This record gives sequence, structure tokens and C-alpha cells, in this order.
Amino acid sequence: MKASVIVFPGSNCDRDAAVALEAAMGAAPTMVWHGDSELPNSDLILLPGGFSYGDYLRSGAMAAHSPIMREVVRRAKAGTPVLGICNGFQVLTESGLLPGVLMRNTNLRFICEDVLLKVERNDTAFARCYAKGAVVRFPIAHKDGCYFADEATLDRLESENRVAFRYCEASGAVTAEANPNGSRRNIAGIYNETGTVLGLMPHPERLADAALSGTDGAKMFASLVETLH
Amino acid sequence: MSGATRAARQATSLSDELIAEHGISPDEYARLLEGLGREPTLTELGIFSVMWSEHCSYKSSRVWLKKLPTTGPQVIQGPGENAGVVDLGDGQAAVFKMESHNHPSYIEPYQGAATGVGGIMRDVFTMGARPVANMNALRFGAPEHPKTRHLVSGVVSGIGDYGNCMGVPTVGGETNFDARFNDNILVNAMTVGLVDANRIFKSAAKGVGLPVVYVGSKTGRDGIHGATMASAEFDEASQEKRPTVQVGDPFTEKLLLEACLELMAEDAIVAIQDMGAAGLTSSSVEMADKGGVGIDLDLDHVPTREEGMTAYEMLLSESQERMLMVLKPGAEPIAERIFTKWELDFAVIGETTDTGRLVVRHAGVVEADIPLAALAHAAPVYERPWVPREKPPTIAPEDVKAPNSILGALECLMGSPHLASRRWIWEQYDHMVMADTVQRPGGDAAVVRVHGTKKGLAISCDVTPRYCAADPYEGAKQAVAECWRNLMAVGAAPLAITDCMNFGNPERPEIMGEFVGAVEGMAEACGALGFPVVSGNVSLYNETNGIAIPPTPAIGGVGLISDIADMASIALKQDGDLLLLLGGETGHLGQSTYMQVMTDRLEGAPPPVDLAAERRVGDLVRALIKAHAVSAVHDVSDGGLLVAIAEMALASNRGVTLETAPDRLPAHARWFGEDQARYVVAAAPDKADGIHKAAAVAEVPVRVLGSVGGDMITLPGETPLSLTALKAAHGEWLPRFMAHG
Repeated sequence: MKASVIVFPGSNCDRDAAVALEAAMGAAPTMVWHGDSELPNSDLILLPGGFSYGDYLRSGAMAAHSPIMREVVRRAKAGTPVLGICNGFQVLTESGLLPGVLMRNTNLRFICEDVLLKVERNDTAFARCYAKGAVVRFPIAHKDGCYFADEATLDRLESENRVAFRYCEASGAVTAEANPNGSRRNIAGIYNETGTVLGLMPHPERLADAALSGTDGAKMFASLVETLH
Repeated sequence: MSGATRAARQATSLSDELIAEHGISPDEYARLLEGLGREPTLTELGIFSVMWSEHCSYKSSRVWLKKLPTTGPQVIQGPGENAGVVDLGDGQAAVFKMESHNHPSYIEPYQGAATGVGGIMRDVFTMGARPVANMNALRFGAPEHPKTRHLVSGVVSGIGDYGNCMGVPTVGGETNFDARFNDNILVNAMTVGLVDANRIFKSAAKGVGLPVVYVGSKTGRDGIHGATMASAEFDEASQEKRPTVQVGDPFTEKLLLEACLELMAEDAIVAIQDMGAAGLTSSSVEMADKGGVGIDLDLDHVPTREEGMTAYEMLLSESQERMLMVLKPGAEPIAERIFTKWELDFAVIGETTDTGRLVVRHAGVVEADIPLAALAHAAPVYERPWVPREKPPTIAPEDVKAPNSILGALECLMGSPHLASRRWIWEQYDHMVMADTVQRPGGDAAVVRVHGTKKGLAISCDVTPRYCAADPYEGAKQAVAECWRNLMAVGAAPLAITDCMNFGNPERPEIMGEFVGAVEGMAEACGALGFPVVSGNVSLYNETNGIAIPPTPAIGGVGLISDIADMASIALKQDGDLLLLLGGETGHLGQSTYMQVMTDRLEGAPPPVDLAAERRVGDLVRALIKAHAVSAVHDVSDGGLLVAIAEMALASNRGVTLETAPDRLPAHARWFGEDQARYVVAAAPDKADGIHKAAAVAEVPVRVLGSVGGDMITLPGETPLSLTALKAAHGEWLPRFMAHG
């Protein structure tokens, strides 16, 4: 499996993603600079977390217009799996690969903590190692993580089974108390129509190592390796 | 036209008022004239003003700081560079420093705190290190004070936004609320970085004819005279100093970090210095002075943000995210290529010379021409008069009012502003980015893994201002000892400290006496514990209308865990484990949190620190951790023994059943006394014998406190306290306080 991690100015989870990918793949991914217009052949493209371009216009907005994104969009539309984590999710919505937008958290503050997520689907390249309905623990670290879309879009996402993860209680119950940032319908991550593009606010790469008090995130990378090797 | 000619012509305009406004005393002006050999230009006066400011010159503190131990086999770089460096073995080194941003943070909390974080990170990556952890030590006024909530909110989001954007985890710190900080808050930020020991960059510009290169952000008119502001007291007009506060741009700093590290991997840099306090002036003077050369600058090439900036403004601007470098000959193209890639300004603005002078040209005119010796070495050094502080009396435990119930008092203490959970603060800091945070905030010390290895760096920031206010000497000893203890408690070998010395106006003998006492206390503790000072910062004039802050020598310590599999934490791991106290009990309640919260007094001597006992108990604890004989460890500090136990219970959501204690001491003194050199450990019952034996050999008292289990804290003769109630009391205070604007 060959993976590419896109590095924007201000990306800061690029190394963390590369470490988690390498642990799963047994080989290092290619780090691709945003200014490049050529993207190596990749079985997976990862857009990492961080503050691309300082998030100065809107989170992810400027990165969506980076030279490399034209190629990322083309590959995504041709079926190459794309994983956007945190700022990467914001870039995916800004570039139109995923619907909706990530707004300021309802408490208006940055939040860094572990959250529990309900795995809504396990029939994708990203989630096959999880049980459907399982509750997993990933960290979040964002100020703009409140997922918003109009009601029609949210209904469509649900009817097309495109919600990837929802914030939940330990029991799996999807409640307002379990929602850290005000996301509509507790949505933490979504897929595109074909289930090949995943954007999520929580960070699987941050709990993918037993020394870091949890390994629930490692299963996402294991899923990708199993599917794409 | 020569500089001297212009100088002579301008000099007539320098009035006594103008000189005084620059913070230069008549004696200092006489010294300036002697060093320069003529009257200065306004630009030159500005240069002297910032270089001789307390902030840059340490003129009041220098003679005393020499008393601190700064060496040891682990020390690669002691004080004098941008940051200190200690050896981690295997060719790796840790680079760290703590710095204050007190004055700006009070005036403009968000930007003041943000740029404090940006500045300290620059100090660390200037040395070639990648920052891997940020810490902070914050002191705010009383919660009731009308400004406190606004200051907490601004400071915390300023720290968070800067560190979060940089992608450097903010892994811990400490926060106090005390009315004595109402008009002068303290914002001390610490950064720890990692570097290969043979790739450390310094600031000495050795060599003549080398290009001087400016990189980073453009220069604007912000922060002019920030260093001078930080060297004076506040009064009613201080809010007018807002324009002297710099504005931070963490995105640019992230680019600057990556660009600098990329260039540092090449063989291109002779010397590098960040432009922090006193900006271009301080960085160029320090690099040239340390390298024993002169420096010529042509300000026409300085990238500026605004039109029509004068030489004075460019030299004194404290615009952030800028670096000055001296490159090897011919290295300009590679440097320019890297900085252009990262979309940063790059400009050759001068060269090193053999004149020993700082010569600054602007628009073809020599604006300054100063012998560096007159600026750097002739800076005034003061032996300010001081008076020692009278020692307060020791208060007997019996003289402090007992509570109605011990567990009721525990609930009050844990829910008080002094001990309530700081989660509301550290949840706003990305403490997990870089995926190496193996011990998160909330324990004794944060631990970050040395990337790609099994080693861990333990980090803790400590000082107890109320102890220092009562007895600066004993309080400073305690600060060092507690920091050392916190590192030992996670299983780390303490390596060295950085300090941030926050005091009032040193021109007052009683304040200078506090400073002297604190330095002497630190020196004794650092010496006894083999815990040298490798970097630091002094912040004086933290006072308003003649009222000073409590002396606050904040200590930031770094320790090494050789294998994170041998790391301890405060969380209880197993029901049925025994809880043991290691260390003695005298029930010292003077200056305790109990006294502060449960009585209306805060008096007496702080707990004395027996450094030999600290070492005995600490060495025992670390040996027990290494041998995996203990399953949880917590040092006993603020709030005393029962608070330590409660914190361990909350960290794991496991209850404890405590046994009746011997009645040699009043119960509240035993449970809430703040005696030093103590740890609570948990251990499987079959390990208890071994612990008793090891403690006997080490001559450390041991007492079995009780056992782990259930969901309450149980004490004989009292109604048990549920963890749910305790957690609510502990967790709710700060969010509730911050929500009620």
C-alpha cells in the first residue's frame, strides 16, 4: 500500500499521521508539499490536522485552493480513498468533496479531550476492523469542529448511510451530553457518496499506540492496510 | 557625513525629560557619555535605553544570580544562551527555558500571553531544537476581583491559540488565584525542545565579513519599548501602554520554525538569535558582542510592514516572529531558497566587521555608531541595598481551628479556587499533538516521549507564592524541592531547572531582600539536590502604586525517564492495593491551604524544607517505581495528605478506605498539614513488606494509610464522602466561575 500525506503550510499533525500510517503499513508514506502539482501514485491520500494557512480566512478555506488540491479532488473523484482528519476534514468540506461546514464550537473555545464515538458503518476501507455500532475512544482537538449542514443535507447523509461516526455515551447512546462541540445530529465524521472519502474531526492517529493510553485509532489504519494492500 | 557629525548636530535636542523617559538615570547617562565619547543621537539613546533596561541587562539581579549552581555533568549549556541544554544520552539533548510575559499580559491578556508563548518557543528553536512541550505558570488575582475572569479568559485562549497552531503540545502548568496578584498577574511560559547534542546552534557571530540575514515577519511599529515597559512599575496610566504590547502570529511562527530547522540541517549558519525583547537591537548587539566582532546594519534592507519607519522605530520594534542570522559566506542562496519556500521574508541587512562597533545606516545616514563594549560590557550593574526579611513564627497545629469534620473540610478544600480542577484551562490547550504525550495534564509532572525512543521527558512547573511571601528563602527552597519531587514522583531522574524570578521593585530594599532570600534558598536547594539552573529570566517591577506581588520564583524542572515502561502516575490502578505514606508527619499548618480556606487567617512560617530528607525519600520512591513495587505515586503538597489521596482517587475513580491514624497530632493537622518531603504510594499487599524494608534501610518513615476500593473516601468515625460529590466539588468551581460573567 502506498500512501501520501499532504503537507500544507501550518499542517501540524502530518508527522503524527505519518507515524500511525507507517506503524500500520510497515513503510513510510510520501509527504507531499502543498505547492506541488504532482501527486505520486497513491492508494490513500491523507489530509492531516493543523492550521493550514493559519486558518485565517475560514478553517481549511485557503488550503482547498492549494495547487495540490486540484489533483487530490481529481483522484478522489476517480475513487482513490481520501482521509481528512480535523483540519483535513475542514479542507474536504471547503473543497466540495464532502458536504456541510465545520463551525465554531458552541462553547466558543478550543477543546482537547478524549471523546467516545459510535461506529456507524464498518463496510468501508476505513472502518472494516471496527464492529458496527462499537463505541471507540478518539481525542478531539479543535475550535471549529461543530458540523453543520442544512436539514435536507443531513437527512440525505443519514438516508444514504453516510454518517461515519457520532459522538456518544459509553453505552452507545447518542445524546446531547456526549456532543462536545454542538455538531448537528452528533456527527463526528462523514463519507462521500461512494464511501471512499472520509472526513472526521477526531484524531485516530493520536490513539494508535499503546504508550498513549489507547489504540482505538490504530484500527482505522489497520482497516486501510487490509483493504488497500 | 559621519555618524559623529550627525550625532553632534542632533545631540542638542536631547532634553533631560527625554533621557528620563527612556528610563536612563542621570548616573547611567554619565556612563553612556563616557562609553560613547560624545552625546548620543536619539536613535542611540533608544539603543542604550533598551540594552540597559532591567529586562535586557539584569542590572539589579546579576550579582545575585551568580550564586546559583549552574553546572553538572548533565549540563551542556548553562545560562547565557537563548536557552539551557541538558544531555539525555544517546546523542540527544533537551533545550528549555521559562520566560515571563507579565506586564503585557495584564495590559492585553490575549496578545500578551500569546506572544509570551511565541517568544519562548523561538528561544528554544533558535538553539536548533524542535519544541516538543509547552508549560505555563499563571498567577491571577482573587476570583472576586472584577478583572480576574477577563484576564483568565484572555490569557488561557492566548496561550492555547498560539501553542495549538504551532502544533506543540501544552502539557501542563499551574495556576494560582491570590488577591496579591490583583494588579499584576504573572504569565510565565516554558518550552522544552529536543535537539541532537552535536547540532546545537548558538548566538556568537564569530568571523568578519559574514552576511547578517533577517528572516521571518516584517517589522512594524508594535512593541516599541516593550522591554522598557517591562522594567517599570504600573500606575493608573498603565493601560495607555497598550501599544507597547506586541501582536502574535502563530502561523508565521510555525513557518519560521520549519524554515529554521530546514536551514539548520544544512551547513549554513554561523550564529542565530531570535528578535525578542529589544528586537533588532538586542539580537544584533548580542551576536556581535559574543562573537567578538563589530556589526554594520543597513536598515534600508529591513522588510517593513509600514511606510516611513524611522531607524529608531526599526531598531526598537518588538514585532514578533523574526530571526537574525549570521551565515557562512556563500550560504545566502540556500537560505533564501528555504525561506522563500516557506513564504517568509529574507533579507541580507548587514555584515560582521572588525571594528568592534555597532554601525547602523538608514537612507544613507549613519544613525548610530556605538562601541559594543560601551553597550554590552559597560552596562550598569547594581548592588542594590537590601534588608533581610524577618522570619515569621511557626504556628503550632493546636493553634489552628479544627473543622467540624475532616471529610467535610476535604470537600471544601477540593472545591476551593486553590485546589479545584484546572481542566477548564488545559482542555483549551492541545496537549496531545505530536502524539508523544505519555502523561497528560493533571498529574505530578507531564511526560512526553522522546520521539522514536522509549525515553520520556518529565516536566513540572512549581512555586507556592504564599510560602515565598511569608519567607522568601524557605519558600524558594520549597519551590525547587517540590519541582524535584514532582519529577521523582513519575519516576524521572531530575536533570536541571529553568527559573522565572518574578518580584516587585528592586529599588526598594525590602523587595531586594526578598530577591536575595529567594536566590539563596534556590541556591541551597539546587546544590543539595544536584539540580542546577541552566536558563532563566528575571521579571522585576511587578508592582502597582507601590504594592508588590508576593515574591514568586517559578521553577521549571526537566527530568529523564530512561524507559517509559517504568513511569509512575497518580491514578490508583487496582482495588485492594494498600496506600502508604512515605515521609514524616509534623502536621505543619502555617501558610497551608487548609488555613487559607477553612480559617480566615494565612499566617506563620511556611513548612520548613529538609533537603536531606527530600533526597532520602525521593531516592527511595524512585527506586520503588523502577522496581515496579508501587502502582501509583503522588507527591504531597498543597492541601496536604488527604488532598493528595483524594486527587489519586479522582484520577482513577476508585475509592479509598482510610485507617485511624495515631493520635499524636490533631487530626486536621495530620490530614491537611503541608509537611514537605512526602509521597503517597499505592502498592499491592504482597509488596508492602519489601517497601517497609527498603524504607527502613533508607531511614524513611512509612505509615499504612488504608486501602483502595469502593466509590467513597471512608474515614473511621465520619460519614463517607462519595467520589461523585468530591468530583463535582473539584470539577465545578472553575467552569462555573468562568461562566458567570
